[in-house]
This record gives sequence, C-alpha cells and structure tokens, in this order.
Amino acid sequence: METFYGVIRRQGITRRSFHKFCSLTAMSLGLSPLAASDIANALETKPRVPVIWMHGLECTCCSESFIRSAHPLVKDVVLSMISLDYDDPIMAAAGHQAEAILEETRTKYKGQYVLAVEGNPPVNEGGMFCIVGGKPFVEKLTAMAEDAMAIIAWGTCASWGCVQAAKPNPTRATPIDKVITNKTIIKVPGCPPIAEVMTALLTFITTFGKLPELDRQGRPKMFYSQRIHDKCYRRPHFDAGQFVEEWDDESARKGYCLYKMGCKGPTTYNACSAVRWNGGVSFPIQSGHGCLGCSEDGFWDKCSVYDRLSAIKQFGVEKNADQVGMAAAGAVGLAIAAHAALTAAKRLSRKPVRPAQEE
Amino acid sequence: MQDKSPRALAAAVAPNAVSTGRSVERDVVYVYEAPVRLWHWINAAAILVLALTGYFIGTGIPTMPGQASDNFLFGYIRFAHFSAGYVLTLGFLLRMYWAFIGNPAAKQIFYVPLWRKSYWGGIWHEIRWYALIAAKPKERVGHNPLAQLTMFFMFTLTISSMIVTGVALYAQGAGNDSWQYELFGWAFSIWPNSQDVHTWHHLGLWVIVTFALVHIYTAVREDIVSRQSIISSMISGQREFRD
Repeated sequence: METFYGVIRRQGITRRSFHKFCSLTAMSLGLSPLAASDIANALETKPRVPVIWMHGLECTCCSESFIRSAHPLVKDVVLSMISLDYDDPIMAAAGHQAEAILEETRTKYKGQYVLAVEGNPPVNEGGMFCIVGGKPFVEKLTAMAEDAMAIIAWGTCASWGCVQAAKPNPTRATPIDKVITNKTIIKVPGCPPIAEVMTALLTFITTFGKLPELDRQGRPKMFYSQRIHDKCYRRPHFDAGQFVEEWDDESARKGYCLYKMGCKGPTTYNACSAVRWNGGVSFPIQSGHGCLGCSEDGFWDKCSVYDRLSAIKQFGVEKNADQVGMAAAGAVGLAIAAHAALTAAKRLSRKPVRPAQEE
Repeated sequence: MQDKSPRALAAAVAPNAVSTGRSVERDVVYVYEAPVRLWHWINAAAILVLALTGYFIGTGIPTMPGQASDNFLFGYIRFAHFSAGYVLTLGFLLRMYWAFIGNPAAKQIFYVPLWRKSYWGGIWHEIRWYALIAAKPKERVGHNPLAQLTMFFMFTLTISSMIVTGVALYAQGAGNDSWQYELFGWAFSIWPNSQDVHTWHHLGLWVIVTFALVHIYTAVREDIVSRQSIISSMISGQREFRD
C-alpha cells in the first residue's frame, strides 16, 4: 500500500512543504514540538488507512462541514492522508459496485480500517426506517463495526441521537454507542462538528494508528475538555457582570455576555470558541447569538435554546427548576403562615397547655 | 438542675427520643455539644451566602456600567459562592465525623430509625400535634421524630447532593484534570449534559429554602407553644423544660 508521503511526492509537493504540514498538524493537535517528526516519520512509513464513511439517519451537515476544513485542507485529507474507500453521497461508484466495496474492505483490511459513522440507525420495526442497498442500516453498521480498528461517531446524531431521536422518536433512532456496545467509540458531537476537529482527529488516528485520549463521555480530550464558556472572548464581560438583557439593547451592541439570553456556553463542551468556524472566521457568540449547546446530549429535548435550565415536564406545562422551586417555596410559605395563624387562634381560645408529664 | 452525664442523655434520646419516667425531674438537659452548635451557625451563615449568591449566579445581575476591566462583580459573587461552598463542605465533613464521636443528639440528622415501632408512634403523635389535634406536646431531648425525618431528607440528603453537584460544577471551570473532577466527575456520567446538573443544583436551592422556612418556623413555634427551649438550645446547648 502507498504511504501518505508517497502520494504527496507524486503530486509534486516538496519535502519542505511536507514538513511544514507536519509541524502545523502537530501544533493544531496540541502536541509537543517533537511530535512533528513523529508525524513525519509515520506518514513516510505507514500505509494509508482505509476509511469507511457510513450514513444513517442524518442531514449530511457533518459532511458539509468536513469539506470546508481549512487546516488541514480536506483535499489533503481525502486524497492523500486517508483512503476514503466508501462514502455514499460523494463517491463515484454506485449500486452493487459501491456496496461491494464494504465487503471488500472488511475482508481485505480486517482490523485496519476506520469506520466513520454519520447519523444513527433507527431500530424500531427491525430497522426498516433506514434501508441502504436493500438492507437495514443497523445491520450493515454492526457488521462493519466488528472488524474496524476505530469507530468514529460524527456529529450529535451518531453521538447522542439529535433531532431524529427527539421525543417522541417514532423510529427509535439510537446513538451508535447503544448499538455497538463492545467497542470504544470516539464521539465527535456537534451539529455539525467543527471541520478542523474532524480532519485533525482523522489525522491523529491515521498518523499514530491509535485512538486519542477520550473523556468520560467518549469525546477526544484534545477538543472537548473545555466549555465554550472557558475560552469565550466575551468572558471578561461575564466576570464583570455585563450582560445583554434584550436582543437589541445597548449591551447587545457593545458585545456583552449573552448569559442572561440563555447562552449555553457554560454547559457546552466544544472547541467553537477556540477554533471557530469557516477557517476561523466566526462562531455563534461572535455573531451575537448565544450558544445553542448543539454538541450536548438531548439538546432538542432538554428545553428551549434560550433557557439554561432543563425543562421539567412533569407539571404538564414546561417549567424550569427555578419556577418549580419558587412555587414550592411560596406554597410552603403560605402554609406556614396559615399554620401559624391557626396556632395563634388556638392559643388565644384556650389556656396555655402543659407538656405531657407524669407527676 | 443540669445533667451532663452521657448515660442519662443516651437513655433519654435513644429509645424513642421521648423523655419518660424518672427523667421528668430534670429541668435542664445538655443536648447540643459545642462543635454541633458552632457548626450549626457557621453552616447557617454559609447557606445564607450560598443561597443569595447562587440565586444571582443563576439569574444574572443588572448590567454594570463602564469597561469590563473596571468591574469584577460577577467574579466576586462567584468567588463568594465557591468559598462558602468550601466552608459548608468542610463543615459538613467535620459534622459527620462528630456524629461518630458525639452524643446521641449529634447522630440524629444522619439516620431515620424507620425500623423502630416507637418511632412510628412518635411520628403519629407529631402529626397530630402539628394538626392541632393533640393537646399536649411531648418533651424531646433532641429532635422529635418528624423533625428527624425532615432533617434527614430535606437537609442531610439535600446538602449532600448539593455538595456533589456543586463540586462537579466547580470542576467544569477547574478542568477535567482537577481533583474536583476526579472526585465528583461521575455526576456527568449520570447526567451527560451538564445542564441537567445545573438544573438539579437549582432545584436543591429551593429545597434548602423550603427547609429553612419550615425549620425556622417550627423552631420559633415550638419554643413558644411546647414550652421547651429550642432556639436558645442551639446557643447554650441546654434544653430547658419550662414546666
């Protein structure tokens, strides 16, 4: 099999440019300076890793995001670093030809290929709500997962379920870690995930041939160990106590903190405030709107995107913790007042009581 | 007459927390030891600070004028919240330690003797007492059975979960490699979306607020109606039976 280095040399890229790319990649992954030579060494010697990119119930926004990666350019990733053998929306092959690639990769590169999953399988009615190539997607997914070296869950769909798993979820769309239970799954949540995060993750896996360090939720620590809030450029306004109160007020024009507008930055783990979007142009908070928390579990169902507390639905109408709590405290306060009044009335109408004592 | 001997107190609290028979002759009993009293007031102050700053952190404050560099109000409010949180946590740990070595009254808030028949009888009496049906209150050396139930569920359990969720939320800022995350990061395994942890922490505030209302009301009420010292007991440690 051809190496990454072999491919780019053939394309006329100089060795100097290759080393520049290695340094840049090492830097964006947050690795030490010495890691650049490790990357160079790996790309020169290791065969290109085959990647199977499967699509379940999804909107293709992950792919849309992926093809806009600037560092590294997606062209480099797709054409040089990895061997993207199967990706139904963008591959040239179709029909039986395309489906044959899956089986071929599975037998030829057993335990060597990366399985990237965009979207999730619906498991209701035997998985019939998502049929690809005449077979339920869930069957193909579990089959391909068996022999994969690494499994990546692209986006919130594959990681948490996202909109198709929102209540009432008639198709029982299920995040892939609930279907593939015997393997480690790298979750790359986000709706969609950031392009640079996706390509950097693929670079890491193909370069080092191992999984990155994952956090408690199975997300790569290098991109998901801090909240939007921790690196937000509006954070000084939060600490100062300067908040936007209305969408069109003076504070909004001055670019103050969107905390009171329900920004979910304080509960959302993602790299938006550090990496930003579209080649570092902007991210939601920079364009004046709070974070929606799209990379978090159940972000469609928890509550409105303008509320930082999960909705409590047991009371019929959606209420949040503060509304429920305040009502409960108020009711107890009234009860206490009534009880005190009754106690006073009873004491006034009778003689003072003596505690029950045996004389 | 004051009786500080642990034996007499154990006899008075342990069976069913009702003073019976011979113990009636005592007018004053030493109930709350100094560490318990000290903890009570430090804890109360910490809760007051935590509840007020917590409410402001949850809802935000009116926007401060001037440059961001001129202000740090929200930062100070959060600092006060975190500091008071540490005071409360440390106090609660010491209080748990004291439950092991202290007198029977110091153990009461950490368990509910549901297995004891006399306990259920006590609960029934307290329900009748608070429903204004029972004519006379019972003399209690520590908490009455209903108070013990409330203390355990509304205070001890709630404060424990507030400590867990609070430290877990603090770990969000301190980072995934902090000891806070090591200790209570498992909260995020139960609720993968940390927004839920925030939500539970808010609900906990309102349970504590409700508890404080009930706690203060009954303390004042019983001090008057039951003719036993309740409020001053937490200052002097002594319970005085006024009849």
